Amino acid sequence: MSEQMVKLVAILMGAVLVNNYVLRQFLGICPFLGVSKDLKNATGMSIAVIFVMCLATAVTWPIQTYLLVPSNLAYLQTVVFILVIAALVQLVEIALKKYIPALYRALGVYLPLITTNCAVLGVTIANIDKGYGFAESLVNAFGSGLGFFLAMVIFSGVRGRVEHAQPPKPFQGLPITLISAAILSLAFFGFNGIVENLFKI
Amino acid sequence: MSRLSNLTRGILKENPVLVLVLGTCPTLAVSTQAVNAIGMGIAATFVLTCSNIVISALRNIIPDKVRIPCYIVLIAGFVTVVQMVLEAYAYSLFEALGIYLPLIVVNCIILGRAEMFANKNTVFDSALDGIGMGLGFTLTLLVMASIREILGSGTWFGMGIPWLKDNGISVLTMAPGGFIIFGCLIALVNKITKKEPTPDDENYCAGCPSSDTCKNFGKGGEKNVRADG
Repeated sequence: MSEQMVKLVAILMGAVLVNNYVLRQFLGICPFLGVSKDLKNATGMSIAVIFVMCLATAVTWPIQTYLLVPSNLAYLQTVVFILVIAALVQLVEIALKKYIPALYRALGVYLPLITTNCAVLGVTIANIDKGYGFAESLVNAFGSGLGFFLAMVIFSGVRGRVEHAQPPKPFQGLPITLISAAILSLAFFGFNGIVENLFKI
Repeated sequence: MSRLSNLTRGILKENPVLVLVLGTCPTLAVSTQAVNAIGMGIAATFVLTCSNIVISALRNIIPDKVRIPCYIVLIAGFVTVVQMVLEAYAYSLFEALGIYLPLIVVNCIILGRAEMFANKNTVFDSALDGIGMGLGFTLTLLVMASIREILGSGTWFGMGIPWLKDNGISVLTMAPGGFIIFGCLIALVNKITKKEPTPDDENYCAGCPSSDTCKNFGKGGEKNVRADG
């Protein structure tokens, strides 16, 4: 494997397992708590997130590199990125509705929620902050989305069990859900250092 | 009297974080140190108050159909102001808050208050609401960060606390600790306010601007979702 490939795989694994967006960096907590009640919704939402994350990165990275930085407008990053993401989500929604109705039926309901999902804006800004190139940014976006997917799917299973538990009254509902999330997050600590040791970087 | 309640209800009764459950991401992420928590709280309060004032002043001008994009642009503008001010005058805080500073844009407290309060009320009331909610957010962050900092690393605002300093429960400063302390605080508030747990526990994202969309998932109704255009 060439050096570049190793680097990309390391970024992917790091984004999925070690720096998991939901469980380690606390991004996208709202959908994580709100939509993880059953597996079908959790899967649909996560696939929509992966899709939008990759697309948003593919659009915002060139805008930042070739438009904002050369014209000394980097301070407009926040405004431009959120607008691009909002417009992109709308466009995707319209395009899917017209050309791929089957996919729209599966993902359409999740799209309006994604504009205000901080994980999407987070990943586009993080790619710029970390100084990733275009390919690395795309891989990082895909990996972060995949990490979100993993957390959502595992947690929807956990919640199925928690629903039937009988915690003390003040803990019912959200508090016990958060404490289960803490345990899941603790489990992900097991992946610490896996990237460094696996790829020797 | 109602003016006063606009200001005070954000602190406990309608606390944005612990009761309305908005803005969980920054709450969990920056509450590892009390200093960062205060910084984040003040930054969000500033953005919230300014955006509430402007949105309520423009509430008759912004067309209903494009209101969310308009709000987002306004909020993003104020966030950029905060970013530039912090970068110039408080660089260490700017570094510490990192990515969570630009993410104030998508903090649902701000969009949520714009949707639920500012676009229906007068400028003065909205300003009070913004300050009150911001105060509630800041206080919650401070309480949570104090618990995590004191028990986790044995310091408070950077000052070492004897004995605890050598016996910190370091997991509290890490990600799982955030979830645990947050869960316990919500349970505590439930206990104090004697809030009955709702049978479907669906309503804990009721304050979120996207909650209408979420609720329709179960019904599988595509047309319900898009009904608002």
